[in-house]
This record gives sequence, C-alpha cells and structure tokens, in this order.
Amino acid sequence: MKIQEFKTANVKQIAEERHRLIHTFGALAELGQEVSGSQNFQETIRTSLHLMLGSMAIMRGGVARFAKYEHEMSMLAGRGLGEDFPRTLTLCHEDERQFLAGGLYPIEISQAKALPLFQVYDQSFERGGLELFVPLVIRNETVGAVFLGRKATGEMFTSYDKEIICAMARHIGVAIAHRGIMVELERQADENRRLYDELRMTYRDTVKAFAAAIDRKDKYTEGHSVRVGKYTEMIAEELGWNEHEIEGAAVAGYLHDVGKITVERKIINAPYRINAKESVELNRHPRAGYDILMPINHPYADVPLAAKYHHERLDGRGYPDGLYDREIPYIAKVVNLADSFDAMTTDRPYKRRRPANEVFEDLQRNAGKQFAPEVVSAFYRSLLKELSGEAKEKRYRKLLGREYMETEALASTLRAGLNDLPTSSPTNIFSYN
Amino acid sequence: MAETETGSFVRSEGGIATVYAGDYLNKLTGEMIERECKQRLAAGCTEIIVNFSRTEIVNSIGVSILLGVIDSAKGSGARVVFSDLNQHTIELFDMLGVTKHVDVMDNG
Repeated sequence: MKIQEFKTANVKQIAEERHRLIHTFGALAELGQEVSGSQNFQETIRTSLHLMLGSMAIMRGGVARFAKYEHEMSMLAGRGLGEDFPRTLTLCHEDERQFLAGGLYPIEISQAKALPLFQVYDQSFERGGLELFVPLVIRNETVGAVFLGRKATGEMFTSYDKEIICAMARHIGVAIAHRGIMVELERQADENRRLYDELRMTYRDTVKAFAAAIDRKDKYTEGHSVRVGKYTEMIAEELGWNEHEIEGAAVAGYLHDVGKITVERKIINAPYRINAKESVELNRHPRAGYDILMPINHPYADVPLAAKYHHERLDGRGYPDGLYDREIPYIAKVVNLADSFDAMTTDRPYKRRRPANEVFEDLQRNAGKQFAPEVVSAFYRSLLKELSGEAKEKRYRKLLGREYMETEALASTLRAGLNDLPTSSPTNIFSYN
Repeated sequence: MAETETGSFVRSEGGIATVYAGDYLNKLTGEMIERECKQRLAAGCTEIIVNFSRTEIVNSIGVSILLGVIDSAKGSGARVVFSDLNQHTIELFDMLGVTKHVDVMDNG
C-alpha cells in the first residue's frame, strides 16, 4: 500500500515537473522571439518582464538600464513596485565592482545588505517586496538589472529557479546591450553626417572662392566660373540627377576653367581676337585644369574630366582630344553648354553680349554638332519653368538680368526649339560599330 | 455586457465585475483584462470574477498579468475569484501558486 502511495506521489511529481518545464520553455522561447524580433525596445522590455514574472509566477518585478557614466540604473519597466519606487537608482564603485565580480547571477537582497545600493534603497526594496537583484552583466559590462519579488507560492527561489532566471535575464541583458550599441551607432552616424555636411560646405565654399580667384585673372569675364557652376547645376537638376550628382555638377562648373591660371594674363585679357599662337596657348587650359584637379581627392568623381573635356564637341571638332559624342563624359557636355551660353550672354573684350533670340538660334543650330541635344533640351525646359512661374526662385533672372529674360516671345522660341531638337545625336557623327 | 475587441466579455453588477477571458490568455487578451479590471477597481468594484470557461491556454504573459490584477485588487481591498477553469489551467495555477491568492469557484 505504501509502495502504491509512493508510486502515485512520484507520478504526480513527475507530471508537475513536466508541466513546469513546458511552461518555462514556452516562456523562454517567447522571450527569445521577443528579443530578436521586436522593433520597439520599450515594448520588448515590458514583454520580457511579463514573461519572466509569469514563467515562475513572481508577484512583482522590474528591469533597469545602467548608464555607466552617470552610475545610474534607470527603470525601464516595472510591475507592482508602487508609485514610490525610485525611477533611478545611483550606484557607487563598490556596487559596480561587486556586480562585475559576481557576474550575471541573482543576489538575495536580504543577504547583501553590506553593499551600498541595498543600504541606500533598503526601504524601497522592502516596500516593493523585492527579494532578488540580478545584475545584467554582459561581456564583462553591467548593462542593467532585474529586480524580482517573491514567488506566488511563497516558497524560496531554488537553484533551479535561479538558473532559469539567469537564462531569461541574459536575454534581457543582451537586448539592453544591443539597444545601447544601436543608440551609439545612431549617435555616431548623426555626428558623421553633421561632420560630412560641414566638410561639404567647407569644400563648396573653397571651390567657390577658388572659382572667384580664377575669374579675377580675367577682368572681362568676372563671375564667369560661378555663373557656369550655377547654369550647370540647374541643367543637372532638370536632367533629374540626384543631389550628390547635382552638387558635383556645380563644382565641375565652378572649376572648369581652373587651367587658365597657367595661361598668361595678357592672352586671357587680350582686348582683341587672339592669334593662332595665342590660341594654342589658351587651348592648353583644359588639359592643365585636368592636371591640377586630378591629384585632388574630390567627393565628386567627374570634376577633373569636366575641366579636361568641356571644349570637346559632339562632331569631334573640339579640343583637346577631338572626342566624339559618346566618348565625351556627360558632365563635360553639360559644362560645355553652360560655358558657351555664358560666353554668348556676357560682354567680352572684343564683342558685346548677343541678344537672346540670336543665342537660342545658335544653340538650336549647334544641337547635335557642338551641344548634346538632351542637354539643350534640359536647359530649355529649366528656363521655361522659370518663365512660366513654375520655378519659384528666379535664378536665371539673377544671372541674365530681367530685361534679357523678358525678351519678346522667348518662351515660344524655347518651346518651338524643344520640338525641333534632334531626338538624339546624329548617328553619322559617331558610332561604336 | 460589453464585448471587447479581443472577443472577451465584461459584465458588471453592483460591486461585482465578471470578466470572461478569451480562448487564449496571452499578452493581447491579458492586457484587455488588466485594463478592464483596473477600471472596475478604480470605480469601487469589490469583487472581480475572471471566468475561464472559454479559456484553453494561459501563457506566461497571461500569468504575469493575472498576478498584476491580483496585486492591484489586494491593494484596493477587493477579492479576486477565478471561475470555470479547465483541468490544465487549474494544474498550472496550482503549480505556480496563483490559486493561493484567489478564490476558485467550482466549475459548473
């Protein structure tokens, strides 16, 4: 009979243990899923605390994050601790040292009164009904803590319970550590973005200053490089380039004539049509510009190429290399148009600026020969947007003057020009096949 | 009687509120029960009956939330009663000691 009773009790105990194991493993599995899957950190911690308390039916508890520089534990989640429980708990070095030495293992609060933390917050822990304190030590660093109250059974925590607590607390600790890493990465990324923006501004200001310096050499074309930079930027916008490419286009425009600093001032400033010899000297400036710009580590790739090839033509009659259409870098085609347009619309030592209709006739006539039709088209569309009021900023008006932009029938000339532009560069000019 | 978004029901009569838990007592249904119970306790309810007649599974979050309700009820001087528990849930609550803190109403 006694043997039978023993067997029955044994079977009951085994069944209960199995039940407990299934319940605990369920909680552990859910905790793992929560920690690895959730995007909401606060919600992850709250759910993790629920899972921990529910797996062993612990009446009260909380989770805190440790800020090592402030030496503070800040409560992230709590249940049943009461309104009076401190939101932050300050640790001293002795606490931190002991927690690190002990690692991630539950400390019985009643047995740890020697530690300053448990002396200072003794009343709070008692009112909160807390029995265990688990320092979340992850990779030799305290990242937080879990506070646990008594079990609903009223029994002491067993070593088995403590093992389960450690396993679950480690999950929570890892979630807090990962969150810390993410926050730090985001902070560093923000800082890098800010520094990069500052660097970009500095670079652009330097380029502008340099462009102004280039233009100072030529008293008749003051502001030419800056204007070419602006035209290039506006055409690039209309071509649908991205922000980085547009910035690069502007820089390429600003620096396209940098090679002129190697050309004698008297040739640049000649108040007459220069002769053939002087022309050869002047025509060296694209290659010289490339040589100056190439060793510089620009944030934009094609700046030196724009300087070198901005005098190339689609029909191969340009310089320095006589390239054809598709051999010419796209940015050089844009700068070429901007450069030519500015040359035609500003006074030169030997001739006055040309009227708008004449300039656009020239562009039209040379589209497909000197200028890339798609670039001319983008330029027309960009101008039309300003003329129609679609573009809020009057950037062309600032560069060309009100009178020029109010040339009679300018908009209809541009619209007609758009319709008559070749759809692509003529195939008889250049073909790879 | 009001049906909640989770399919659970709440019924109040005098100082007694009866909360019908859904078929799976997890975070979603548990938080609804917690919210309803806290509202009723704040309104002066003296007895909360949680009816488990439709409940098949209670997970750890559900247990934790029920313990929170028990704690809140104790703080308000109210009584918590669990009713219509299935055998599996009774065994779970017994094993965890939850039944030490509530009155369990006989089934049926």
